[in-house]
Amino acid sequence: MRAFDFKAPASLDEVCALLAQYGSDAKLLAGGTGLLNLMKQELVQPAVLVSLQRVPGLDTLTVNGDGIRAGAGVRHRRMETDPALQQAAPLLAAAYGHVATVRIRMSATVGGGLAHADPAMDAPAVWRVLGATVHARSASGTRQIAADEFFEDFYTSVLEPEEVLTEVHAPLPPAGAGWSYQKFLPRSADDYAAVSVAALLALDADGRVEQARVGIGSAAPIPVLAQAVGAALIGQPPTAEAIAAAAELARDAVDPLDDLRGSAAYKRDMAVVFTRRALAEAAARARRA
Amino acid sequence: MSDPTVTLSLHINGTPWQGEVPANRLLVDFLRYDVGLTGTKEGCSVGVCGACTVRLDGRLVSSCLTLAAMADGAQVTTVEGLAGREDLKPIQRAFIEHGGFQCGICTPGQLLAAQALLETDPHPDEAAIKAWMMSNLCRCTGYYGILRSVQAAAGDAA
Repeated sequence: MRAFDFKAPASLDEVCALLAQYGSDAKLLAGGTGLLNLMKQELVQPAVLVSLQRVPGLDTLTVNGDGIRAGAGVRHRRMETDPALQQAAPLLAAAYGHVATVRIRMSATVGGGLAHADPAMDAPAVWRVLGATVHARSASGTRQIAADEFFEDFYTSVLEPEEVLTEVHAPLPPAGAGWSYQKFLPRSADDYAAVSVAALLALDADGRVEQARVGIGSAAPIPVLAQAVGAALIGQPPTAEAIAAAAELARDAVDPLDDLRGSAAYKRDMAVVFTRRALAEAAARARRA
Repeated sequence: MSDPTVTLSLHINGTPWQGEVPANRLLVDFLRYDVGLTGTKEGCSVGVCGACTVRLDGRLVSSCLTLAAMADGAQVTTVEGLAGREDLKPIQRAFIEHGGFQCGICTPGQLLAAQALLETDPHPDEAAIKAWMMSNLCRCTGYYGILRSVQAAAGDAA
């Protein structure tokens, strides 16, 4: 690993001042599980590493009528195990629980997992499903970015070099909504997925689909929100036939690469299969409004 | 110009340590070469295998993916800090009695991971043990011995 200057400021103001000073020569460090791997391979070589380890207030997790607010420093393990989050948004807790291994989940943070912008990670597609907003701050102010607008390309988000991600906010899923998280792991349990699918499905009083949102990971340069799949189910009872027809639309919602987990064509097929399974499980779990 | 350094003040297995290290020093190298605690092993170097597992303020971490600088002000526990020579932890005794290790390279990480599991969940069932311990690979594939050892130590984390 190349040499770098290490800064551990004690406030967000100081973080922003350092980022304003060093710009793209600086990188923010949180849990380190993503960035340090890239630095060890010399794929990323910052001159200055700005650690968030001494910044207070980033590790707040609140779940209430206002929704879910997760500070950038909240670790994956807490997202997985927090009882209030498990109750209010089991899809999100489950997705965090699927990341790598328990040891990595004890380091990796909510903010790092989003800013890293790796489309193979579990949580980003779920934040899109939940309709989340990412909060960022810089020396010139704050801004809120819809999760749908946050990801640009492999390992690239819309965050500017001067910005620090401070928290993520999402509304609560509708009461009674069914959910499912399906992760297809053809190699080993701690590997990246060939494809992963998050589904959230809400029914109206007549048992027809009122809301259906499907997120797909590991299947494109960014985490995908398969809007056509969800739209195809609205207003229908979630029968096996309706779900199978909607899931077919996942094939064209993804843009996967060939790799050791399968060819691009195979992953398109698996996106359909796992979307179907996710929707079926979510429908089985959903309660009428 | 010499490479940038950081000044650290931390506790390692309860013993205070203060000094200066290069900013890019990994925690695993710091522990092995600067502190001289060679119980912590480096395996895959990418955070997958678990051989370099140590605890940082109680959390399990891959010391190959952690900078020494990130341990500033923290309590670090390595396998050397689990117990004294004549005073093994139940999990250590269980690994001896139930064949929890073969070549031994992965054992320090296995022990720290298992100890953390038993502190979190004193009576894990088989599925819970497997889900947790999948974070630590054993190239001898001695997984059933490890499973038996953790089961034997369950309920006796002290």
